[in-house]
Amino acid sequence: MVTAAELLSMAAFFEDKHAQAFPSFGSERMGAPVVSYCRIDDSEIRLREPINSPDALIIQDPTLLLSVDVFHGLERDGFILINSQRSFEELGIAEFVAKFPFGHVCNVGATDLALKHVGRPLPNAALLGGFAAISDEIRLASVEKAIHQKFSGEIGQANVAAAREAFESLKAA
Amino acid sequence: MSGLQQIEGSLAVAQAIALCRPEVVCAYPITPQTHIVEGVCALVRTGKLKNCEFINVESEFAALSVAIGASAAGARAYTATASQGILHMAEAIYNAGGLGLPIVMTVGNRAIGAPINIWNDHMDSMAVKDAGWIQLFAETNQEAVDLHIQAFRLAEELSCPVMVCMDGFILTHAYERVDIPTQAQVDAFLPPYEPVQVLDPAEPYSIGAMVGPDAYTEVRYLAHEKQLQALRLIPEIGRVFEGVFGRTSCGLVYSYRTEGADVVAVALGSVNGTIKEVVDAMRADGAAVGSVSVTSFRPFPLEELRVALGDAKHVVVIEKNLAPGLGGMVASDIRMALRDTPIQIYTVIAGLGGRPITMAALQEVLAGAGDGKLPDMQFLDLDHGIVEHEIIRSHRVRRSGPTAENILRNPAATIAQAEN
Amino acid sequence: MAQDSALQRVKFYQTGTHTVGNRLMDEEARSVQASMERSNAITSGHRACQGCGEALGARYALDVAMRATGGQLVAVNATGCLEVFTTPYPETSWQIPWLHSLFGNAPAVATGVAAAMRRKGRNIKVVAQGGDGGTTDIGFGCLSGMFERNDDVLYICYDNEAYMNTGVQRSSATPATARTATTPTVGGAPGNVFGTGKNLPLIAMAHNIPYVATATVAGLHDLEAKVNKAIDMAGARYLHILVPCPLGWGSAPCDTIHIARLAVESGFFPVFEAEHGRVTAAHKIRRQLPVSDYLRPQRRFAHLFRKGTEDSEGVATLQRMADANIERFNLLGERKSP
Repeated sequence: MVTAAELLSMAAFFEDKHAQAFPSFGSERMGAPVVSYCRIDDSEIRLREPINSPDALIIQDPTLLLSVDVFHGLERDGFILINSQRSFEELGIAEFVAKFPFGHVCNVGATDLALKHVGRPLPNAALLGGFAAISDEIRLASVEKAIHQKFSGEIGQANVAAAREAFESLKAA
Repeated sequence: MSGLQQIEGSLAVAQAIALCRPEVVCAYPITPQTHIVEGVCALVRTGKLKNCEFINVESEFAALSVAIGASAAGARAYTATASQGILHMAEAIYNAGGLGLPIVMTVGNRAIGAPINIWNDHMDSMAVKDAGWIQLFAETNQEAVDLHIQAFRLAEELSCPVMVCMDGFILTHAYERVDIPTQAQVDAFLPPYEPVQVLDPAEPYSIGAMVGPDAYTEVRYLAHEKQLQALRLIPEIGRVFEGVFGRTSCGLVYSYRTEGADVVAVALGSVNGTIKEVVDAMRADGAAVGSVSVTSFRPFPLEELRVALGDAKHVVVIEKNLAPGLGGMVASDIRMALRDTPIQIYTVIAGLGGRPITMAALQEVLAGAGDGKLPDMQFLDLDHGIVEHEIIRSHRVRRSGPTAENILRNPAATIAQAEN
Repeated sequence: MAQDSALQRVKFYQTGTHTVGNRLMDEEARSVQASMERSNAITSGHRACQGCGEALGARYALDVAMRATGGQLVAVNATGCLEVFTTPYPETSWQIPWLHSLFGNAPAVATGVAAAMRRKGRNIKVVAQGGDGGTTDIGFGCLSGMFERNDDVLYICYDNEAYMNTGVQRSSATPATARTATTPTVGGAPGNVFGTGKNLPLIAMAHNIPYVATATVAGLHDLEAKVNKAIDMAGARYLHILVPCPLGWGSAPCDTIHIARLAVESGFFPVFEAEHGRVTAAHKIRRQLPVSDYLRPQRRFAHLFRKGTEDSEGVATLQRMADANIERFNLLGERKSP
C-alpha cells in the first residue's frame, strides 16, 4: 500500500496541492499488514502524527476486514474504496456501509484490472483511478501523470489503462 | 532534477548530497538510511554524480573509517547511519571529532536496542552528542536538504564534522514537497574543499599522534572553542544560504508564536510540525502558548535559548530520548540555559521507539503546564497499567523472564502462573 | 609542521655495520638502507626498545617504498608499538605523511586515503601498517573488507606475536606454549594454549588478492625486494613480517635478527610469496634446524625446557607444526640460488 499513498501524494502535487505520504510501520519486507497515510492540503502540512480520523479509506486487501479494525476513526461522511468484486453483504459490512452517503462506499476489482492490463496483481493504480471517480479529491489526469512519473514506458501505459478502467466503471455505477 | 518535487525524503537528501559534489561516499546499510545511500549510489552509477567513488564497506565502523581516510587525504567525504550503526562507529566518531575532519554524515534517527527497534527516536544522536561533532536537526525534508548543503560548508570552514539528523521513517520515508536547488546554486554556495590538514608528500606531517597530559587539555579546549565558533558561524552561513537559495532553512533556534506566551514547548526535529499545529489550535482558543525548535543541538545555543525562552513561565521540553533514572537530555541542557531564571521546566518523554506523538496528547500536556499541574518529568501516553503489572509480576518471581517479551502478555494470567 | 624542521638526512653512523659492509657488493645489489640517499622515512630518535625487530622491519620497508614511488607515499598506522614509539609527543620520527587511524581500522582508513588520491588524480601510494594485534584480531574485519574489495593498499603486518605495547598480552598470533601476561606459566597448562591457529597469510591468500608474502628481519634484502615488488602493484597486497621483540620474547637485543633466522631455518615461520591465492615462490631452508634451537634462546619458551616443567610433548607438537610448514610450502627442496 505504500506506493498507493505515494502515488496519491504525487497526483495531489500535480494539482499544486501540498501532500504528505508516509508508512506506519515502514518495514522493508513485503507481506506484513501495512497502513500508509496521505494528507492533502492547500497549504503546508506540518502535522506528523498518524491519521486517526481519515476522510477516506482505500482498502487494498479486504481479508484485513476480518482481522483489523480498518474503519476506526473514519469520518461519518467519509469515502471507502475496497479492492474487491464481492458485494458488501458478502464482505459482511453491508450494515456498516449503509450509514454512509450514497456513492461514498464503493468496491472495485482493482487486482483483476491490474492482472488484465499489467499482468501483475498490484492494484494501486486501479485503486487510485477508482478513488478519483468516487471523490472530488483528485482528478484522473493527475493520477495518470503520477503513474507515468513512477512507472516508465509500457508499464506506465498499462497502469494508466487499469486506472482508467477503474475510473470509468465507478463513474458509470 | 532541480525544482519543486514530490519526493521521498531520503531521495531528496540523496540529491542534495550529490549536488554538494562529494568525492568519496561510503555506505553500510541500516534502516532507515538505506534509501539515502542507495540514491547516492544510483547517481554515481548513472554518471549524474561525477568524480565520486561509492564504496560498499563491511561495517559502519569501516564506513566512517573510510571517510576519515578520505577526508584526511583532502577529499570531500560523506556517509550515513543510524541507531546501532552509530554505536558501532562510535570510536571513529570521536576520532573524526577530535581530529577535526570535515566529514558530513546523515543520521536517520532511530532508537537503540535493547530492545531492538527500527523506528524513530533520538537516542542514536544523543549517544554521541559530545564527540565534538556539530549536530543539526531537521524539522522537514526541505530543511533536511538545506541543512545538508550548509553542513558541508560549515564543516569545511570550521574543520569539524557535522551530522545532520532527520527522523527515521517520519522524514526519511515520507513523500513531501521539496525544492531541490540547482547545481549552479550549490556551486555558488559551496566552494571546493580546502583542507586545514592534509596528507601530502610535498608537505609531510604526522596526524593523530598520542598527546600527553602536558598538552591534552589545551587540545580539548580548542575543540570546545570550535563549538563556540560554530555558534557564530551557523547563523552566518544561514544568512548566506538565504541569499543564494531564497529561503530561511537554517540557524540555531526558531521561535514560533512565542510573543506573550506563558507556556513554550521546545523540541528537536519533525515533532515541531505537530507542535506548531497545537500552538495554533490552542492560540485560537485563547491560550498563550508558543514553541521553539532547536535546529542546532550541538553546539547547544545557550544564549539564544535564554533569549527565546526568557519570557515564558513554563517551558515544556518534548524529548525523544531518555536518560534512565533521570529524565531527558535536552531538558538538562535547557535548564543550563535558563539557570538564572524562575522558569519552570518540564520534561516530557515522548515518541520513544516510534510511538506517535499526537496533537491531542501534546495539547493536554501544554494545557497542564499552563495550569501548573505537570510533574517535573513524565512519559507521554504511557500505559500505566502494563508497567504496573509488570513491576508486580517481576517482583513476585525471580525468573520472571525478559521484560520486553512478557510485557504484553495477559498480566493476570502471568501473575497467577507465578503464584503457582 | 614541516616548515619548522627540514627533513633529516641520514647520518653516516645510522646505517650500521651490516649495511656499511655492503661495500663488497655492487651498488645495485645493495640494500636501500645502505644508501645515504634513502628517504629516512622513520628517522632516528624514536623510542623503540633496543633491538626492536619492528623498528628494523618498518625502516627497511618504508625506505624501499619511498624509493620505488619516488616519495609519493602516505602511511596509515594502527595503534600499537610502531605508532607509539615513532610519535613520542610532541616529536615524530615520521618524515612522510602519516596518519594514525584507530586500533581496528587501519585497512579501512587506508582505503579512504587511496580513494581520495584517485579522486584528486594524484598517483600516491598508500601503505597501511599494524601489529599482529591490530591485524589478526581487532582489525580483522576491516582487513577482510579491504581484501574483498581489492582496495589499492599495501598492508604490512609487523608480527611480534603478542600485544607488546600494552605489556605483552596474548593475541591470536601468539604461538602455542608461549608465555605472555595473559598466558602465564603457572598452573597445569603453562603458556599459550594449542589452538587451531590463525594464519593470516593463508587467510589473505583465500581472498585471492594480487599479492601475499611473508618475510622476516633475518632476510632484509628479501624484505626490501618484496616491498619493492608489492608497492608497484595495484589492488590489495599483504605483507606479513616476523619481527622478534626482545622484551616480549625474552631474547637478547643483539639476537633479534639471529632469532628471526632460526624461525625461518626451523620451518616454524615459512617465507613465501603468493599471487591470487597460489604460492609462487618459497624461501628454501639451507639446513633444517630443530625447532628447539629456535625456542631455547627465548625466555617466553623457557618453561618448556626448565627442570620440573619440561614439556617435551609441547615441543614435539611445535616440531610437528614446523615440519608441516616445510611440507606444505616445500621448503626443503632444491635452492635455486646461494
